[in-house]
Amino acid sequence: MCQQEVEHDQALCRELLATLSEYVDGELKPELCAELERHLRGCQRCRIVVDTLKKTVALYHEAAGEAPLPDDVRSRLFVKLNLEDFRKES
Amino acid sequence: MERTRPSVKEAAALSVEALKAGDRAEFARLVDTYSPQIYRLALKMLNDPQDAEDVLQETFIKALRSLPVFEGRSSLATWLYRIAVNEALMTLRRRRGEIVSIDEERESEEGEQEPLQIVDWCCLPENELMGAEVRRFLDEAIAKLSPALRAVFLLRDVEGLPVRETAEALQISEAAVKTRLLRARLQLREVLSAYFKERMERVKLEKE
Repeated sequence: MCQQEVEHDQALCRELLATLSEYVDGELKPELCAELERHLRGCQRCRIVVDTLKKTVALYHEAAGEAPLPDDVRSRLFVKLNLEDFRKES
Repeated sequence: MERTRPSVKEAAALSVEALKAGDRAEFARLVDTYSPQIYRLALKMLNDPQDAEDVLQETFIKALRSLPVFEGRSSLATWLYRIAVNEALMTLRRRRGEIVSIDEERESEEGEQEPLQIVDWCCLPENELMGAEVRRFLDEAIAKLSPALRAVFLLRDVEGLPVRETAEALQISEAAVKTRLLRARLQLREVLSAYFKERMERVKLEKE
């Protein structure tokens, strides 16, 4: 992955790939986290992968929102469950 | 990046005892508390509003039937998600006429696919990163994941469930959740990178 950096090799980039998800969640063990960050300082390709991975996850988090259930879907659900007597205005 | 779900507060007020005893008003409250998220999950799993509505209805019909034997080992939300995911997988199976299983994703031993798209699109202006068109694309990208990866990604990154609850809902190990989440996120990153690369080029052209 890192052609321009002499001290890092592809094997390390590949190995660290496995840690990225936990890193993005802030759940990576401290020693692995330190190793990854040391690597990121010298490896631009991995830095881009990490940044865009973070952004990918963040975009989905932002888009998630709490959309209300469409009124017609809710009405039919309450009918199906024989709960019409308990249906309050949403 | 852990997010709090607004429903958690409401859920705390639901009485499992009343639900188990067949209290209809309490069941109606359960339906109102969780139906938006169950519907959203089904919609993103299946990409079809009619199928999603069927899954939503079937989830609560099954929940009503199974409540007397609900043991409370997992939360009500996790339990409902589990029913809904199983229903959604059954729908996919019927639709495709093939076996679709949550176990289908074999954990590969040679590690993850090496990232191919190396473009830093994080610097795109906010309006390029989040509009109606982008949102549609985000959903399309989810639909490209295998059902097993899609289920993990939706529960973890869209619904915001912790790893343990995701594992409980899907009845797989926490290690499998982590492996699949990484794989799903890396696949989505590839798809999004290709998409935003084009947008970056367009923005650049417009500036010139």
